[in-house]
Amino acid sequence: MKQKFDIITSTCVPLPLENVDTDQIIPARFMKATTREEKFFGDNLFHDWRYKADGSFNQDFVLNNPIYGGQILVAGKNFGSGSSREHAAWAIAGYGFRVVISSFFADIHKNNELNNFVLPVVVSESFLKELFDCIAANPSMLVEVNLPLQTVTNKATGKSERFEINAYKKHCLMNGLDDIDFLIENKQKIEEYEAENCRFAR
Amino acid sequence: MNTLFDKIWDAHIVQCVNDGPTQLYIDRLYCHEVTSPQAFEGMRARGLQCFRPKQIYCMPDHNTPTHDQDKPIADAVSRMQVDTLARNARDFGVNYFGMMDAKNGIIHVVGPERGLTLPGMTIVCGDSHTSTHGAMGAVAFGIGTSEVEMVLASQCILQARPKTMRITIDGTLGKGVTAKDVALYMMMRMTTSGATGYFVEYAGEVVRNLTMEGRLTLCNLSIEMGARGGMVAPDETTFAYLKGREYAPKGEDWERAVAYWMTLKSDDDAVFDKEIHYDAADIQPMITYGTNPGMGMAITDSIPQGDGSASFEKALGYMGLQSGECLLGKKVDYVFLGACTNGRIEDFRAFASLVKGRQKAPDVTAWLVPGSWMVDAQIRQEGLDKVLAEAGFEIRQPGCSACLAMNDDKIPAGKYAVSTSNRNFEGRQGPGSRTLLASPLTAAAAAVTGVVTDPRTLL
Repeated sequence: MKQKFDIITSTCVPLPLENVDTDQIIPARFMKATTREEKFFGDNLFHDWRYKADGSFNQDFVLNNPIYGGQILVAGKNFGSGSSREHAAWAIAGYGFRVVISSFFADIHKNNELNNFVLPVVVSESFLKELFDCIAANPSMLVEVNLPLQTVTNKATGKSERFEINAYKKHCLMNGLDDIDFLIENKQKIEEYEAENCRFAR
Repeated sequence: MNTLFDKIWDAHIVQCVNDGPTQLYIDRLYCHEVTSPQAFEGMRARGLQCFRPKQIYCMPDHNTPTHDQDKPIADAVSRMQVDTLARNARDFGVNYFGMMDAKNGIIHVVGPERGLTLPGMTIVCGDSHTSTHGAMGAVAFGIGTSEVEMVLASQCILQARPKTMRITIDGTLGKGVTAKDVALYMMMRMTTSGATGYFVEYAGEVVRNLTMEGRLTLCNLSIEMGARGGMVAPDETTFAYLKGREYAPKGEDWERAVAYWMTLKSDDDAVFDKEIHYDAADIQPMITYGTNPGMGMAITDSIPQGDGSASFEKALGYMGLQSGECLLGKKVDYVFLGACTNGRIEDFRAFASLVKGRQKAPDVTAWLVPGSWMVDAQIRQEGLDKVLAEAGFEIRQPGCSACLAMNDDKIPAGKYAVSTSNRNFEGRQGPGSRTLLASPLTAAAAAVTGVVTDPRTLL
């Protein structure tokens, strides 16, 4: 059972870059762990942008800037492209983010976030741009993400947008359930399918 | 009026969850050592056994060194990950091709060449390049580790139905233009998110005329346009490739299978959510200049001005390149031939054909890494090893190698590598590495000249 998701109101960490791929979210050399060590992955989130080659902090990177913080990451379009590594979602969750807002997500990464109870919120380009502007003007401004109502609100402007999520996944997030719970309760249906479909020698 | 994708997807629906995803039956699950350990760990924590272990095939490929594979892996963390896969395979009773097993190699090279990947199948793996297998006429896509666990537990996955796209490429490819160039061209046109949300079917004269290896390269790179997967309708090329392969059906089963596979094509009146047409005459040998695979150009072109975005400027800054610069003549430090994109026999034939009678440039470090032991054996059977050795190249042992540098094959910071792999992301081939993605022919041209060279000038 995972942490249930309801309403989150938080400050944001802005990452106004496009096409942030999962190799940047967590470089491959940190994927050698054999357990779900979320803290380890979180500590290495955006590793090569966050740390210099000598291991010291890169003060220019947003995660190292103390004026930004919170449970919401706001990123440019096409977030999470490239590799399917779920380690990227573990790193985001391990760091403490519970929501990622962008105007566009790559498919596999979006699923990985959902399967780790991190909510990907798709907003319009104009909403995203205004959000980046508002955060730049006031890093302590708040955003409310309301899963039951499927709304995201920029508290600085009061503007809201509705975001999409299918009813099944919403139910899972709000109740801390995952897909495996669902699938293993459906074994009989799977066996019936197999009995009717023997296209390949199994 | 169904598309090829619809026919296969629909034949695998166990149920549709109300206002939710489809529960899709999976014929094959492939696992490698990087994205599976936490899934097996989850199975143990829940006290579950694999539901259909015979349909699951595992092999290490990402961490494997490309030399001395008969000895224990020197890097303790890599060794632990590979050993963990072996133990999980044993404990859960799934198929396992370990290091030094003649069947080992990159999972996306091994599946098709062993006949494990067949037309009409649904195939998943915790790896975005699972799209490769679509070349055989399968619905194949990459998934996360939680989803790997779903399939271990139930041989099913919950998945939203993607939209369909057909990309038709008409005409005939020019001399020196390969499947890799076609893919890099499409990425340049579509960007890395142009096909997100879609499953792509590749069609047209160019695709029909591609060899199986070429189709595998094309489908491999579907994910780099954001597509969930890519596929090619099975035809005589597919059947000829598969016949007699170890795990392909035999005898009467083969006849029955081919009869079914012949039905796997989009109906004439099939409607796609999106249709795109490209002309082969517009496609030249390609090379990338940026930090995503969509940042490519014809090798004779100059780097474009870009959109003035922070992302574009950051990319060129990382690469040490400037708008307006032509890459021809640019000094190259490393050449990498291999990966699930271009580690097949045809890629080695192409590379060898160009370097034959020439010599490796002295300042270039070249890593030639077959995609599997079967490819390695073919290289030797065809005498390509001798051609390559005479030109100053050595062949390493199979694995993912420098594609993502999880083993020792890392491109040093600041160095330029012409690479036949799939991604030029920052740090992908090692921290600070600078990747220029290109075809095996372009890689060979760089390897013998020491600079970025249009391969057509050497053919």
